[in-house]
Amino acid sequence: MTILIKNGVVFDPAQGIDGEKMDIAIDGDKFVEDVSSPDEVIDAGGRMVVPGGVELHTHIAGGKVNAGRIMRPEDGRKGRIPRGKLTRACSGFSVLNTFATAYTYARMGYTTTFEAAMPPLLARHTHEEFEDTPITDKGALVLLDNNWMTIEYAKSGDLDKLAAYVSWMSEASKAYGIKIVNPGGTEAWGWGKNCSINDPVPGFDVTPKEIIKALAQVNEDLGLPHSIHIHCNDLGHPGNFETTIETYEAVKDIKPSSDRQVMHATHTQFHSYGGSNWGDFESKADEIAKYINKNDHITIDLGVVMFCDTTTMTADGPMEYSLHTLSRRKWSNHDVELETGSGIIPVAYSPKIGVNAIQWAIGLELALLITDPWKMALTTDHPNGCPFTFYPEIIALLMSKAKRESMLETVSEAVGKRALIATIDRELTWSDIITMTRAGPAKILGMSDTKGSLKVGADADLAIYDIMPESFDPTKDYKTIEDKLMRTVYTIKGGEIVVRDGEITATPHGRTFWVNPAGKKAEAARDGMLEDLERMFRDYYTVSMANYPVQDEYIPHGVEIRTEVN
Amino acid sequence: MAAETVSNVVCPLCGCLCDDIEVIVEDGKISNVKKACPLGKNKIMGHDRIKAPMIRENGEFKEVSYDDVIEKSAQILAQAKRPLLYGWASLICEAQRKGVELAEEIGALIDTTASVCHGSTVVGVQGRGAPGCTLGEIKNRADLVIYWGCNPQEAHPRHRARYAHSVKGMYRPNGKNDRKVFVIDVRETKTAKVADEFVKIDPGYDYMAFSALRTILAGHADVVPDTVGGVAKEKLVEMVDAMKSCEFGVIFGGMGLTHTRCRYKNLENVISLVDELNAHTKFTLIPMRGHYNVNGSGHSLAWLTGYPFAIDFSRGYAWYNPGETTSNDLLMRREVDAMMAIAGDPGAHFPGESLRHMAKIPLIQIDPYANPTTELADIVIPTAVSGVEVDGTAYRMDGVPIRTRKVVETEYLTDEEVLERILTRVRELKGGN
Repeated sequence: MTILIKNGVVFDPAQGIDGEKMDIAIDGDKFVEDVSSPDEVIDAGGRMVVPGGVELHTHIAGGKVNAGRIMRPEDGRKGRIPRGKLTRACSGFSVLNTFATAYTYARMGYTTTFEAAMPPLLARHTHEEFEDTPITDKGALVLLDNNWMTIEYAKSGDLDKLAAYVSWMSEASKAYGIKIVNPGGTEAWGWGKNCSINDPVPGFDVTPKEIIKALAQVNEDLGLPHSIHIHCNDLGHPGNFETTIETYEAVKDIKPSSDRQVMHATHTQFHSYGGSNWGDFESKADEIAKYINKNDHITIDLGVVMFCDTTTMTADGPMEYSLHTLSRRKWSNHDVELETGSGIIPVAYSPKIGVNAIQWAIGLELALLITDPWKMALTTDHPNGCPFTFYPEIIALLMSKAKRESMLETVSEAVGKRALIATIDRELTWSDIITMTRAGPAKILGMSDTKGSLKVGADADLAIYDIMPESFDPTKDYKTIEDKLMRTVYTIKGGEIVVRDGEITATPHGRTFWVNPAGKKAEAARDGMLEDLERMFRDYYTVSMANYPVQDEYIPHGVEIRTEVN
Repeated sequence: MAAETVSNVVCPLCGCLCDDIEVIVEDGKISNVKKACPLGKNKIMGHDRIKAPMIRENGEFKEVSYDDVIEKSAQILAQAKRPLLYGWASLICEAQRKGVELAEEIGALIDTTASVCHGSTVVGVQGRGAPGCTLGEIKNRADLVIYWGCNPQEAHPRHRARYAHSVKGMYRPNGKNDRKVFVIDVRETKTAKVADEFVKIDPGYDYMAFSALRTILAGHADVVPDTVGGVAKEKLVEMVDAMKSCEFGVIFGGMGLTHTRCRYKNLENVISLVDELNAHTKFTLIPMRGHYNVNGSGHSLAWLTGYPFAIDFSRGYAWYNPGETTSNDLLMRREVDAMMAIAGDPGAHFPGESLRHMAKIPLIQIDPYANPTTELADIVIPTAVSGVEVDGTAYRMDGVPIRTRKVVETEYLTDEEVLERILTRVRELKGGN
């Protein structure tokens, strides 16, 4: 099928196109130079035409997301939509069922969604849910940092074996990249403890910083498309910005294997806190932004908090427990043998609570203080800061000082005293926003050849919003942004029209990208690594090694990306 | 005669989902099963298979073709106003997912065996959360193991040896000698006999015992009476000391909690206890799920619909309200006008009043085995045994998904194929959609 989109006002930061009136052509599942006699002509009529959204950090599929659904039927009740001709029944506000997740992202113009935390032992679960999450292309980041194999190799400094292990695990779990979550801390949580970046991990004579450095080095040795993707130690603790910056510094000397960062630090809002307790808790977004502005080896995503009753979920088990001790709301925890853990609790962020209001301010401050939009992706760490359905309102806040001022009147006065938001005048442009939601995250993920751009040869993923950029002032008409970014006029995924006028028109299976690191770097120490791994299975796991790797049946729409470093 | 040994077979019997079974196959038939417990071996060896699809006519079963039973089932389901699709525990997730699609298509109620098993655990979790872990955490770390209201020696025979008691782990290299095991039950079960401590409790007093333990833990032993549910206060104090002083503790909760007085309130109370113990040490709770993939039914239903069991699609969206949308409540209200029982045996486990209504309405059974439900069924559709004749996904009691293996070929249709064919025919009968 060929499609020609005429008269669009195009934003495509990857090609330096900033609101130009031009036509876009699609042949099959790719963008092309031009098509003669297209099967379908879409007249965009001066509306905004942009690449399909790329979500690089969200929690949409797998064990902990589902534990959240099971624990919170009251959340399920908030998003009920009956089945339609093409669509399945929907439920959920912060823990959506798989279909609601897919349809909502597609309606908002997103076509690529990455699940940010997959425990290897439960990888099959994530992939099963992916199969029931139609439309978007997907990938999963596998949790490897609190893993006994990784910790042992970080301790012994045997990076060749660690490379062999990461390679084996990426293939076995069908993962796209390496995720690190509170390194060492979640292992310590096996004993009800936690650790910060320089504390030795209980039972292992090694520090979280050494684990981070080892994984970062191996990530580059293997030439993986994405960098390490880290949830730093001390998430949510007052004063944690120092740990965050120390984490950034730890990998400064490692050379990236491709044109991208060496470390992607996620949901940075939760890691930009000053103060020493909840009483003097304050924003250190300026310190974090200053570091990011000066250095090129780090990218971040925001993890914006908005005021609502959401569900927090993370592999950072000790953090969820400490949140639970504050609110006493129902708490789930699921430690995964030899590998990782997870915790879940509902959280209601209130504008009247000083700490929550400052958290809200920090997420926005980071976006406004970091000068280069390519260094940051827009996320809410769905559903931790708030559900991804808040993106339109967050974009309105970032584009309009007037919107911020109106909201500031409704939040705790602590924001005026211990945050910076009220003092910032910057208003982001459409080009900034499209970079932070498309081109930037695609580049950070190492997918800029195929995602986040309308360039010839890229995947034909595109969104048209009912906004006329040439006659529209986002700084004043912010309410329109909130409405129009919720529902596209068209979403096209892989050359197929999946949304028209805000309604789902097709529900194709998305693809699942996974990385198979091969070559000498991956294989040199494989035999020795396998001996160690077989011992782990024989002595400590409760599943046999033969039944462990995710079988091909779970990725019928898988796309293997082979890297080879010799 | 070539005998072949298939290794690392996953046992499709109980929630332990042991994955180290060896099955000996001779001439395409299973001749022996090694490493499995007697329950698992019996299931894998096979027994009492339903030979052919059957339709009841004038009170007698008549063997018919798959086409006949599928056509008849589709007609019943397409015409029903309040159909109930019940079971979903002893089969693989791939079939469960197809079942949800069918339920949505016909606006049915879909409910699982959890409804009469650990459904109250789920409701307790929805009140207080689920502080748990995988079984390997128990194996490697636990030094205090409490079996409360369950009897794994008879219901989950390899549980102790593989995961919780005699097994050796990273921080418990001496297995049994590194752990203390308590059994709390109303009678001295076989598990009680192999435990370090057996605490006999009066039936229906679990809730009070948990409250007493929590009170002692909170430092108010002075207000606890001398005995609680037949348990001496000194024993309760001793238990709290053991819980507080262990390095890693676990409570395995069984049906003695879910289907005795207080039901889900028992679970809320024990979850609160575990939660509060985490202020002192590491403590977890794992429900002893029965059927090998009843946990998977909760998982697949949850990601597909938002809820783990007792779902009503009559409004087009998923409506969840245990007590209203649970099978026995529906049947006792005589609300259901057609029922499918798949991979679960309501005939054996539902109360008489429910069975009386089931006898009156069209009942479709989908199952490899004849069981008491067969006696009530109007249509019987035999299927292949998941985990022996079909491969597919099952979730262990701790949420670990494992792909079961296909060991031998079969002539029977799979559950998934039967459901797919019924769904296709239902869509035709309803005039497309």
